[in-house]
Amino acid sequence: MRILVCVKRVPLTGGRMVLTDDERALETRHLGFTISPHEECGVEQAVRLVEQHGGDVTVLTLGPAEAEEQIRDSLAIGGDRGIVLVTDGEEWDPQATTGAILDAIEAERANGGAHDLIVFGNESADSGNYQVGIRVARALGLPVVTGLKGLSIKDGFARCEQEVPGGRDVYRVPLPAVVSVLEGINLPRYPSVPAKLRARQKPVETSTPERPEARLEMVRLRVPPGQGKQAEILGNGPGAAPAVVDVMRELGVA
Amino acid sequence: MVLVLVEHDGPEVDELSLQAITLARELATGEPVSALLVGVGGREAAAPLAAHGVGTAHIAEDERLTEYAPGAWATSVLELVDRLEPSAVVAAGTNRGNEVLGHVAARMDQPFAANCVQVAGEGPLEVTRIRWGGSLLEEARLHGDPALLSVAPHAVAALAADGADAPAIEAFTPTLDDADLLVQVAEHVSTETSGVSLAEAKVIVSGGRGVGSAEGFGILEELAGLLGGAVGCSRVVTSSGWRPHTDQVGQTGTKVSPDLYIACGISGATQHIAGCKGAKKILAINSDAEAPIMASADYAVIGDLTEIVPAVTAELRKAGGP
Repeated sequence: MRILVCVKRVPLTGGRMVLTDDERALETRHLGFTISPHEECGVEQAVRLVEQHGGDVTVLTLGPAEAEEQIRDSLAIGGDRGIVLVTDGEEWDPQATTGAILDAIEAERANGGAHDLIVFGNESADSGNYQVGIRVARALGLPVVTGLKGLSIKDGFARCEQEVPGGRDVYRVPLPAVVSVLEGINLPRYPSVPAKLRARQKPVETSTPERPEARLEMVRLRVPPGQGKQAEILGNGPGAAPAVVDVMRELGVA
Repeated sequence: MVLVLVEHDGPEVDELSLQAITLARELATGEPVSALLVGVGGREAAAPLAAHGVGTAHIAEDERLTEYAPGAWATSVLELVDRLEPSAVVAAGTNRGNEVLGHVAARMDQPFAANCVQVAGEGPLEVTRIRWGGSLLEEARLHGDPALLSVAPHAVAALAADGADAPAIEAFTPTLDDADLLVQVAEHVSTETSGVSLAEAKVIVSGGRGVGSAEGFGILEELAGLLGGAVGCSRVVTSSGWRPHTDQVGQTGTKVSPDLYIACGISGATQHIAGCKGAKKILAINSDAEAPIMASADYAVIGDLTEIVPAVTAELRKAGGP
């Protein structure tokens, strides 16, 4: 089976949110970058399915040219090839993102590479729009199941599990299909050094789509109030235990 | 008119949908607010909505709507949108609320703003929405007609409004086709859980990288057990395989709201704070007095958690237990 996984490059934010001077982005000069967590699990899930059923995994991203780093990381945990849709570094809204991904899927199909399964993260860690996978599925006329904590394939059907209070809801949908997954569906493997080296040799294609006008138009970002409390120090070391118990009694939990 | 998709479990309305109605009233600025309820129990659930300012409740009824099917829910919304031409469609920012509006947006080719906390203006609507699980806010213009938006959980308090005793009930049967029902819950699997769940715990004893190993959580489990609480952890702990993902508190884990959250050896990355900031009080136990967690905590003890946590447990026992 052929699987396409869509991933997003996001900064590792650390302990504080700091904005650029124009308040339109996070200040990332001192930050590293990673694959958005749900999508990292999406890559792992796709690789496991291919290990079980055969096939190949293509990993696609829309982002700055540097997002090739996240594609290589995905190839190091078992992806076969990558596609980078290179942006100008500006924000792409969900509809613009969908359009670019659809064009790339169309190009894959024209080359005889229709996908049996297209995997998204349920929502990106940064913008959290909860919709690109659904929009892509709709445009392709494919079924879509979101928020998965379990996914297996049998006889041309995907068994999809969502966590709900008290248990799991199960869906069965025919392939080809689109799914979005949540962190916790699996524990992504750490790539070995040889796997990282091999990933450097794997094919990565790039193209540069045009950004249409945003219809969900970001104006500015703002750090919510509440950051910057100052904790009351109850003490140092085990000698603080009585003070901790006093606090617990005050709060009525002990 | 503003249309609100109201989620309900049989006759019980979901609290988050009441919050969405409150924001919808603000958006409607005096225009009527109507509700859509889909599936079993819709009529019963609709009754108390009048007290929240809902004039008319539309009930989508069809035996095929017994189990959740996002496409069928979206078709129900779209039929009302065609007929009633609302200026906005609002849902709660839940899994299902965001999913159904995602389908509606895709089918209408309209923009959709998920997890809004504030709305203002008109054409284009100015929305404030959460990013990074609430660690950052985005101000955006929503260039859509109708405006499609969901309301971030617990961003708005559900306030009652003057209204009639009961809303007008208008039942309809949406025209569903096979594609609408291709994705539908086919089975419910119950999972046995033991102990107190993270979501319900009054006290959570949570560990991060500073705990050092899976075995290191023993002292946290002991304290949590004594307090009748639950054990949580940060993302680095689940990534390291020390605890299952079900224990993870954070943006990509569980969002918790205990009376007391004890963060042991947790540095306080925004990813983690997004999950625990709903706690009434946070106590940080950390060897680093400069750790970012100190800016989110109410109380702190500085030092080695492997000494402090057992000392707290011993102190509780000495004092005759909790």
